[in-house]
Amino acid sequence: MSTFLTEETTRVTDAAVSTRLSSLDALESEAIHIIREVVAEFEKPALLFSGGKDSVVMLHLATKAFWPGKVPFPVLHVDTGHNFPEVIDFRDRTVERLGLKLVVGSVQEFIDRGELAERADGTRNPLQTVPLLDAIQQNKFDAVFGGGRRDEDKARAKERILSLRDEFGQWDPRNQRPELWNLYNGRHTVGQHVRAFPISNWTELDIWRYIERENIELPGLYYAHDREVFARDGMWRAVGEVSQPLPHEEVIIKTVRYRTVGDMSCTGAVESAAATVSDVVIEVAASTITERGATRADDRISEAAMEDRKKDGYF
Amino acid sequence: MSTETSLLASELETALPTTLFRFATAGSVDDGKSTLVGRLLHDSKAILADQLDAVARTSADRGFGGAGATGTQAIDLALLTDGLRAEREQGITIDVAYRYFATDRRSFILADCPGHVQYTKNTVTGASTADAVVVLIDARKGVLEQTRRHLSVLQLLRVAHVIVAVNKIDLVDFSESVFREIQADVQQVARELGIGSAELGTADHIDDLLVIPVSALEGDNVVDRSERTPWYDGPALLEVLETLPAADEIDTQLESFRFPVQLVIRPQGALAPDAVAAGLDVEAYRDYRAYAGQITEGSVKVGDKVSVLTPGQAPRTTTVTGIDFAGESLQEAFAPQSVAIRLAEEFDVARGDTIAAAGTVRDSSADLYAALCWLSPKPLREGAKVLVKHGTRTVQALVRNVSGKLDLASFKLEAASSLELNDIGHAQLRLAAPLPLENYLHHRRTGAFLVIDPLDGNTLAAGLVKDHPGDHEDERYSI
Repeated sequence: MSTFLTEETTRVTDAAVSTRLSSLDALESEAIHIIREVVAEFEKPALLFSGGKDSVVMLHLATKAFWPGKVPFPVLHVDTGHNFPEVIDFRDRTVERLGLKLVVGSVQEFIDRGELAERADGTRNPLQTVPLLDAIQQNKFDAVFGGGRRDEDKARAKERILSLRDEFGQWDPRNQRPELWNLYNGRHTVGQHVRAFPISNWTELDIWRYIERENIELPGLYYAHDREVFARDGMWRAVGEVSQPLPHEEVIIKTVRYRTVGDMSCTGAVESAAATVSDVVIEVAASTITERGATRADDRISEAAMEDRKKDGYF
Repeated sequence: MSTETSLLASELETALPTTLFRFATAGSVDDGKSTLVGRLLHDSKAILADQLDAVARTSADRGFGGAGATGTQAIDLALLTDGLRAEREQGITIDVAYRYFATDRRSFILADCPGHVQYTKNTVTGASTADAVVVLIDARKGVLEQTRRHLSVLQLLRVAHVIVAVNKIDLVDFSESVFREIQADVQQVARELGIGSAELGTADHIDDLLVIPVSALEGDNVVDRSERTPWYDGPALLEVLETLPAADEIDTQLESFRFPVQLVIRPQGALAPDAVAAGLDVEAYRDYRAYAGQITEGSVKVGDKVSVLTPGQAPRTTTVTGIDFAGESLQEAFAPQSVAIRLAEEFDVARGDTIAAAGTVRDSSADLYAALCWLSPKPLREGAKVLVKHGTRTVQALVRNVSGKLDLASFKLEAASSLELNDIGHAQLRLAAPLPLENYLHHRRTGAFLVIDPLDGNTLAAGLVKDHPGDHEDERYSI
């Protein structure tokens, strides 16, 4: 080996000065490597795309991974029927712009058919699991990309980048494959599928810094705007068709933005004057509360809310 | 990305050069590992108010810190790293958990590896991607069997930097003599294992080993240097983590270009509509063909001579004509960048092939000699058929023999004919197709592989390629 080293040292010394990637470049490179691995090793992948910032970043990474070719897989949206109209509009424009196929799993259709029941608290986020698994099965997707990040929740902190799901979509946290080096093992048997989380190692701040750097368009409600809201569970809820104040809940106009975009019935807005992406980066960097703690009623149900949903096949 | 905003962004990047650093912690709950991780997260302000509130409530419920405790004394920092419900219920840590925090200089990815159960599996997993590993020792107990085992695994994996945190230094009254004794013991073990002893002209060792006295509970020498250890003039733990070179900074200087091909980008007619709308020259890209992958080692420039390594074929030499990344043409790229490479010749190059700096790779081989870290409850037996995943290629393999098992306490090989969960042993495998195998000591990516169960697809072992012993070929088995 020593003869190789001598040859290389002369070649490399002039080239390898300060060849260090920034943390965003390193995360981007890791994510693209994972996206390409999944596309190469699976028959039929799909990308979960809600129009939320993490899935928008995922789609952006996919366009970079296959440039100048098209993104070689469809996108899948599990529509709760309680989405913000501007987010659905954004979703449709994005799909159109990139020439993608959109597959929609509809919570509403399952409720209409009597296969799902509306919950007493009105939130539909936990109801997404059944249409999600149905869409995976119907379309024979064997790998589903998600924008999940390990900094979001302690259950996610333990989930693998390639996470095996059984025939029922269940995650078994006690029986996960060790993930070594950059070698991802996506082997699965018939009926099983894999959830792939290429941006596992990104934090909320990384996402925002990347959106800023890459000039990525997001639905407008991520930025400060005036909206009719009312206070519930310590959050500002938007007034909308499926989100009506109770008689004692006073409706006021506030300058708000959303840190996460999900089901209208359980996603809260935060008071914010951050109207541009650089304002948001500064705000997130200084934030003293997590995005899920701030804005997701469904994650406040119990300490293990996310863990329980994931075991049942949730994202 | 040729707009003014991207120029501005790259200027900001230069002004704030935050880089990524991956490290792992090894040790058991008793050593105070969870408390140390909690302390790092807390003191680097990675713990936000709602998380801290939840932990404070639980700490109070359990009477942590006693009556009248305030501030972090009243918070059980170990709870910050609590994971799954099953773990809380049983008071154990099941699995490697990943944590994130950042300072002005660096973003950190921390693989928190539980020590008690399956320590080898967890330590190997966490250390495989780590630039550095922090090993914990309880100052009251000193170097234990477990410490030796942890250091053995880290030496085997050639983790670049090992930091030994002598924790609970407050419980030995910040005694210098206790610390010095442990430090000497650690250095003795390190010498026995060959840690920190650079052999001339090779990179096959752990570069350095630091020993730091800390109190995770009280915060001494974790983020800031402590006044209570005036006899210690070294850096605090976080200072070390902020300044150590990351593994790819070292590798890029030493090793030559390696690029396992993930897939071929050949859009033919199917160009991305957004790229076309942005003015992509459709005609120019009609016959576009590039090889996509992540550079695992070294760097490459346009004009470099490279060899294409295809199993079963002699290496083919050609020239790099382009390095593309999402519409940008690069003159040079380096590990661990994901790029697409164009070559002068219209070779038939496919997933599983490797592009490497010309003349730097040995012939592919179907005989694989390796150290295996066995990670499955299903034991390894001689004669077993398995799959080997190396780079971007997976091939069938036959386990010809197991030639020994490592006694981690003595770091000596002892006789064995099978490997059980958490064993590390040496084995010889016969591959169904030759692979461009390289010694792990010199090539941490192309020298690493997975052993996979062909039946259920589970990962059985982490493999480290060793050199051929040369003369004891055993022809009893053929595939």
